[in-house]
Amino acid sequence: MGNFITMGIIKTEKLVFEYIRRDEEGNVEGITRAVDEVDLDVEPGSFIAILGHNGSGKSTLAKHINAILYPTEGTVWVDGMDTSQEKNLWDVRQSAGMVFQNPDNQIIGQVVEEDVGFGPENMGIPTQQIWERVEESLKAVGMYEFRKHSPNKLSGGQKQRISIAGVIAMHPKCIILDEPTAMLDPNGRKEVVRAVRALNAAEGITVVLITHYMEEIIHADKVFVMDRGKVAMEGTPREIFSQVERLKELRLDVPQVTLLAHELQKSGVNIPNGILTTEELVEALI
Amino acid sequence: MLRDITLGQYYQAESVIHKLDPRVKLIATITFIISLFIVDNIAGYLIAAIFLVCVIRLSRVPFRFMIRGMRTIVFLLLITVVFNLFLTPGEPLVSFWKLTITKEGLRSASFMAVRLVFLIIGSSVMTLTTTPNNLTDGMEKLMNPLKFFKVPVHEVAMMMAIALRFIPVLLEETDKIMKAQIARGADFESGNLIKKAKSLVPLLVPLFISAFRRANDLAMAMEARCYRGGEHRTKMKPLQYKRRDAEAYFVLVCYLAVCIGANVYL
Repeated sequence: MGNFITMGIIKTEKLVFEYIRRDEEGNVEGITRAVDEVDLDVEPGSFIAILGHNGSGKSTLAKHINAILYPTEGTVWVDGMDTSQEKNLWDVRQSAGMVFQNPDNQIIGQVVEEDVGFGPENMGIPTQQIWERVEESLKAVGMYEFRKHSPNKLSGGQKQRISIAGVIAMHPKCIILDEPTAMLDPNGRKEVVRAVRALNAAEGITVVLITHYMEEIIHADKVFVMDRGKVAMEGTPREIFSQVERLKELRLDVPQVTLLAHELQKSGVNIPNGILTTEELVEALI
Repeated sequence: MLRDITLGQYYQAESVIHKLDPRVKLIATITFIISLFIVDNIAGYLIAAIFLVCVIRLSRVPFRFMIRGMRTIVFLLLITVVFNLFLTPGEPLVSFWKLTITKEGLRSASFMAVRLVFLIIGSSVMTLTTTPNNLTDGMEKLMNPLKFFKVPVHEVAMMMAIALRFIPVLLEETDKIMKAQIARGADFESGNLIKKAKSLVPLLVPLFISAFRRANDLAMAMEARCYRGGEHRTKMKPLQYKRRDAEAYFVLVCYLAVCIGANVYL
């Protein structure tokens, strides 16, 4: 089963997942390969981004890490545990917390603090420790003063931060965010990304951010771009963004600054590849 | 507009009754209702009335909130009174046309009316002073022995809690769908009852679809957070009996004893 010492916190080997479509009688109509022989290896404490347009298989991949889906072929290890083994199920889910897309559909409690306490309650943590965990998690995402509020009255960004707090209260080793910003406005998006980066930097939690917003991945340590179930590109954000043409082929929007830099470069201006921020472009031009 | 609907009918106030454990309040309400059916004379009802008035004063909830619940049962109350009044056989008191009011009829009609009114006010005191959350917690704890008979107590309580959490979300959604349909020319206002009911179809179908989608997402989110039913689960806010709860139980027992005593000796 491989070497535990060199194994990353999340590792997949030749991971394949097939959706089987059936007609009304239950006969197989067709098989869709949502994830096709994906090899991932995520180092503990790193910030990983997975990019891809709709239907590229990135959400399906994410659900494997949390043992919501099991591989058709291949293996997924989380912290050295094989996710397809029944006995590992709850440990896997505790080690790899998951935040979903729709903020309304993942908050269970009627009061913010109760929702954050839901995970630890399920894990059978003693009452006193639940309160400690809830407090520290809400503080980590900057939502402590909202602890007595009803989640219904909060903004989308605030709700997502509560969902993140709910996951970190379970003390996971890594957290997977499945398009957490897709339903938010630009301000909410910034709020959430800032909270996630802070967690990664301050607490050393491994982050896997799944998104199709390019701006959110410029701080990632490593980026995987998915297309039709396969990993199409892999590298640092700078390496990825220096291949503008390839990204366009994969139907991904390149950030405006990068695109501008690329166009300038094409028309003969001497600037380096893979410009990520406005500041960098200004620097390169002066 | 739909957002203004308040859930349950909790009335926020600082009082002893509010602070009581929900289990005490549930048991007290049931006991009170039983006592109403035990007592059979004016003295008994007087005792019940005094008890009720004391509890209402202690709860610091304005009396008009208690009567609010009455509106729903006015019709039931009227029927009960009329039937008891005219259809009880006994010594005739007044008689006109084909109807006779008997002495026994008058007695049972007024007792029945008092019973119903007290019953509604008594249960309103509970719902007005307990948050829905607390109420489900209390029910779960009280029903716990039923687990022995394979009643899914925890699951039912969890369902109630989730329903309460999603009512505002779904109301908001209804509002949104309604506006979307109105923008496309749907008419929810005019027509007779049948027409109005029919016009709700384009509202209910999308609402149901979205509710199912939400349920699916929520189930996944709960599983991802290690939810596996009630076993091995701890509570963030466990219910714990305090001194005042014991005192409340004592008062309750005294009340019941007095009620029974009044029934037997007076």
